Amino acid sequence: MKHNIKFRVNGDDYSLAVEPWRTLNEMLREDLNLTGTKLGCGTGDCGACTVLVDGKAVSSCLTLAVSVDGKSVMTVEGLAESGEKLHPIQESFIKTGAIQCGFCTSGMEMAAYNLLSVNPSPTEQEIRKELAGHLCRCTGYNQIVEAISVAAEEMKNLRPEEEKS
Amino acid sequence: MRLPRFEYFAPKSLPEALTLLEEKTDGVHVMAGGTDMMVKMSHGRLTPKTIVNIKEIPDLRYIRFSPDKGLEIGSTALLSDVLKDSYINAYYPALIQAVQTMANTEVRNMATLAGNLCNAAPSADSAPPLMVMGAQISLLSAKGERRLPLMDFFKGPGITVKAPTEIMTAIHVPSPQSNSGASYKRISARCGVDIAAVGSGAWVKIEANKFTGARIVLGAVAPVPLRAVETEAALIGAPFHDETVINAARIASNEAKPISDVRATAHYRKRMVEVMTKRAIFEACERSHARQS
Ligand SMILES: Cc1cc2nc3c(=O)[nH]c(=O)nc-3n(C[C@H](O)[C@H](O)[C@H](O)COP(=O)(O)OP(=O)(O)OC[C@H]3O[C@@H](n4cnc5c(N)ncnc54)[C@H](O)[C@@H]3O)c2cc1C
Ligand code: FES
Ligand code: FES
Repeated sequence: MKHNIKFRVNGDDYSLAVEPWRTLNEMLREDLNLTGTKLGCGTGDCGACTVLVDGKAVSSCLTLAVSVDGKSVMTVEGLAESGEKLHPIQESFIKTGAIQCGFCTSGMEMAAYNLLSVNPSPTEQEIRKELAGHLCRCTGYNQIVEAISVAAEEMKNLRPEEEKS
Repeated sequence: MRLPRFEYFAPKSLPEALTLLEEKTDGVHVMAGGTDMMVKMSHGRLTPKTIVNIKEIPDLRYIRFSPDKGLEIGSTALLSDVLKDSYINAYYPALIQAVQTMANTEVRNMATLAGNLCNAAPSADSAPPLMVMGAQISLLSAKGERRLPLMDFFKGPGITVKAPTEIMTAIHVPSPQSNSGASYKRISARCGVDIAAVGSGAWVKIEANKFTGARIVLGAVAPVPLRAVETEAALIGAPFHDETVINAARIASNEAKPISDVRATAHYRKRMVEVMTKRAIFEACERSHARQS
C-alpha cells in the first residue's frame, strides 16, 4: 500500500504517494529526478548518498522515503541557492582539484556543509575524522581536505562582521 | 539493493505502537534508526512483514541524569545525542569512548543506543561499557513493563530475551561510585567505519590499594558480549599494582572464545584481547583515582 507523504526538498514542497519499501535515495533520484545524490554501496559505508534531513547529515540509502514525511531534506542541488552561483564549498572543490570523476563529490560536499554548520573552523584532523565515512577512489583525499579548509575560510569572510569571533 | 516488501506504521504514541506489535504478531519488527535493519534487508537477510517505526514517538528521545537516580537514556536517543550530552561526557567517559568509535557521522545521526543493544551483535560497541557499568534496561509490552540487568539480556548473535511484542524503552546506568572507574578499548581494521574485531570494557573499584570490585566484558570474541568472570576473580581482592593487571589481561585472553572471520583470525583476536583488556583496566584504574573519596 502506498503512503501519502508531504515533505520539503531544497525549499520546494512535495506531496507524493510512495511504497514503504522505497528508500529516500530511490525517491530523490527516480521520482524527483534529483540525481546529484549518488548511490554507491547502499549499505552506509561509502558516503556517496549523504543528504541533510532536518539539518542533519544522514545516509539516504539507509533512510526510508516514508520516514521523511513532514520533514525537510537538503540535497547537493540545494547548495547553490540561486541555482546559478555556486556555494563556496562547491567553488573550493573546483579550485583545489578535489573533483575527478565526481562520484563522491555530492556526498563529500554535503558532509562538508554539515561539518561547517556545527564547526565553522575545523582543524585538518577534524575534517579527516568527519570524512571517515566517505570513500573517494580518485583524489587521494588531500585535495578534498584542503577544499573544505578553503571553504571554511571563504565562508568566514562572507559572514557579517559582528558574527566573526 | 531493492528492499523486500513490507507494511509500514509510524505510530505517534507508545500505546499505539504496543497495540500494533500485539496485533501484527507475524514478522513484525520495531525500527529505530534502521541502520542495522536496512543493511540486513538490502542483503535479503531480513524480510519483515511489518515495520513499526518508533522514531515518531516524541517522548522516547531523551537523556536524563540525576546524582541519585543515575543516567537514563530513552530508546530513540541518537548516538549523536549521546556524544553531545554534557553529563555523559562528564561521568560516563567509557560510553563516550564506545559511541565515538562507532560508525560515521551520518550513521550516528540516525542510529540509536537501544538499537545497538537490541540488534545484539557480538561486536556491539556499546554493550561492554554499559554492562560493566551495571546498566539495566526497561522492556515494555501491552502486558506491562520489566526491568532487568543488561548482563542478562543477550542470548546469542541477534538473539535476546526480549519478546517481539516488547519495546526497549530505556537504558539505566547507575551513578558512578567513588573510587571506581570504567573504560572501553577496541580495535578494528578501518577505525570506526568497520565494526570491532575485539572490544574490551573494564570497570574497577580500588580502595586502600586493593581491587574491591571489577567487571570485565569482552566484545566480538563469543556469540554474545562475554563476561570474563575469571579475569574479574583475578582482580577482586588483589593488590593494586601493574602485575595484577598484566596477569588479569592474560587470563582474559584465555577466557575469550573467538572465531576466525574476514576481520581477524581467532589467534589474533586472543592476542588483542590481552592488549585491549590491559589498556582498559589501566585506564579504568586512572579514572578511579580521579574519583577518590
Ligand atoms: C556504516 C555502518 C557502520 C557501523 N558501525 C558500527 C560500529 O562501529 N559499532 C557498532 O556497534 N555498530 C555499528 N553499526 C551498526 C548500527 O549502526 C548500530 O548497531 C546502531 O546502534 C543500531 O541502531 P538503530 O537505531 O539504527 O537500529 P535498527 O536498525 O533500527 O534496529 C536494530 C535492531 O534492534 C531492534 N530495535 C531497535 N530499537 C528497538 C527498541 N527500542 N525496542 C525493541 N527493539 C528495537 C530492531 O527491531 C532491530 O532488530 C554500523 C552500521 C553501519 C551502517
Ligand atoms: S550509498 Fe549510502 S553510504 Fe554508500
Ligand atoms: S572524485 Fe572519483 S570517487 Fe572521488
